[in-house]
Amino acid sequence: MSITIAPEPLAPTLAPGPARGIGSRTARFRETLVGAAMASPAVILLVVFFLVPVLLAFGLAFTNARLISPRPPRFVGADNFITLFGDSLFWASLRNTAYFAVVVVPVQAGLALVLALLVNTKVRGTNFYRTVYFIPVVTSMVVISLLWRFIYEPDGLLNQVIRTVTFDNWQGTDWLNNPTTAMPAIMFMSVWQAVGFHMIIWLAGLQTIPAELYEAAALDGASGWKTFTHITWPSLRATRTFILITITIAALSLFTQISVMTQGGPLDRTTTVVFMAVRTGYEQQSTGYAAAVSLVFFVLVLLVSGVQRFLTRDEA
Amino acid sequence: MTTTAVGTQRPQRNAFLVQVLRTLLVAFFAFPIVFMLVSSFKPDAQIFADLTSYKAFLPLGDVSWDNYRGVFERVPAERMLLNSIVISAVTVALGIVINSMAAFALSRMRWRGRRVVLAAIIATLIVPFETFALPLVWWVNKLPWLELHGFQLTLTEGWLDTYQVQILPFLANAFSIYLFYQYFSSIPIELDEAARMDGAGWFAIYRRVVMPLSGPAVATVAILTFLPAWNSYLWPLMVVQSEELRPVMVGIQYFFQLNVSWGQIMAYASMITVPVLVLFVAFQRAFISSIASAGVKG
Repeated sequence: MSITIAPEPLAPTLAPGPARGIGSRTARFRETLVGAAMASPAVILLVVFFLVPVLLAFGLAFTNARLISPRPPRFVGADNFITLFGDSLFWASLRNTAYFAVVVVPVQAGLALVLALLVNTKVRGTNFYRTVYFIPVVTSMVVISLLWRFIYEPDGLLNQVIRTVTFDNWQGTDWLNNPTTAMPAIMFMSVWQAVGFHMIIWLAGLQTIPAELYEAAALDGASGWKTFTHITWPSLRATRTFILITITIAALSLFTQISVMTQGGPLDRTTTVVFMAVRTGYEQQSTGYAAAVSLVFFVLVLLVSGVQRFLTRDEA
Repeated sequence: MTTTAVGTQRPQRNAFLVQVLRTLLVAFFAFPIVFMLVSSFKPDAQIFADLTSYKAFLPLGDVSWDNYRGVFERVPAERMLLNSIVISAVTVALGIVINSMAAFALSRMRWRGRRVVLAAIIATLIVPFETFALPLVWWVNKLPWLELHGFQLTLTEGWLDTYQVQILPFLANAFSIYLFYQYFSSIPIELDEAARMDGAGWFAIYRRVVMPLSGPAVATVAILTFLPAWNSYLWPLMVVQSEELRPVMVGIQYFFQLNVSWGQIMAYASMITVPVLVLFVAFQRAFISSIASAGVKG
């Protein structure tokens, strides 16, 4: 393959690990060659489909590149960013994305923990509950968004239930076309879909807590709440950080639900940063501008996960 | 042992409450899926008529396969199912080979630069796909490809609207490499040494010693590769135009935009969901532990 490795023998400091039976120069050389060859398919693919596009994201953001154009991209300096920061759709996208993340992250993490505590018992049938709660996680977000579109229809399942239980005193609303309810409706569905995933992660964390701690607490006569705040919660520090960061990144990447359910409407109340990037970069073919949006998204992800990592570390 | 949050004062009553809550939650998480399956067999008039009662969740009344037949009459759904099956299967199979080979070279062989390569691969995990998806569309539109026409090889430019554009970008996966790397580290290195004494080469050690012992890692990577491949939407939405190459998730979105009946949408949705649910229920322990393993890395 195309990666060439210097054929000199490895310096002893670079080759720790157990002593090998065959230590000759040729054997070492062979090991280097075979190792590089075995790693090269993955490395080449990662270079072509990860490294290059990431570098392109930085490069193209400063050009007027278009998706399909006979002319090569031209350098335009910070023009894309200047346009972006003056674009009201961008600010709406940023606001909606933040709104979604600020609500979904704590709600989903909290509910997932409640679910994990509910199924973390040795009672028969626990496995059944766990499996059912997990079904939405393995179901495609596109299918789920279509199902919930039906639930949220003006004459859909939700409004029919509302009309039945209120004896027609409240007709419900057109959930996805009402500017105030569209985003909350998508939030609710999103939490419903993903909460089972984080339940499993909390469970994995819960199961690492030694049973002796709980026995000791029971002997001391600690209440359920005390046991939770003094044993369970402090023991879940690493899990907590991981869950916060994964939910946040998923929330900031919100796209599929928007694409299937609202297309950013009504009144741009559900457009998001990634949705805007796809709109500009794919539908309007302005790759350069979309690269600028993507870069802002990346900075956002790095900032938020950096801050979360910092905060959760301090807490200890 | 850990009904911690629930307390110890009135264990009996609490246990009952927990049971009620857990059962209600079953209904809460299952109802849309049950509704989808049941409605896929009903004509639209009945779907809406049943909404006001429990019948919405039971296959009662005018039940038939008409909606399924309607889907196949309207769009080449079989072609889209086949596309998704091929794309997912190839991505999973090649992904297992490519990523496990890389992990083997990184974890069990000593060669110059492997630490740098490993660190670089791990570092890629912090970059979400959405960051570079749009530059990637631009980039794949410039990539060359060799096509065989009869006996003539021709060089074409641009990968939009092909199978390879739906597969190749997702083969090498940093997280899969990481999972294999971790698993391989738990296999005793003495096995490699013994095999080498017997004259086995590196590739033979990988294929005959390490891989046969790595069933759980292979299963985890297969599941974690299959789900996003089958469910992929954002990427094929941008790079695939023609119906013959369209995967199921983009297919159902276009189908929905044809303003067909809800019953047919439920039928299409059931067809692309049930196979995954069957796999999930059959291998649910493997599924759940695979996905939990994604959480242990933190």
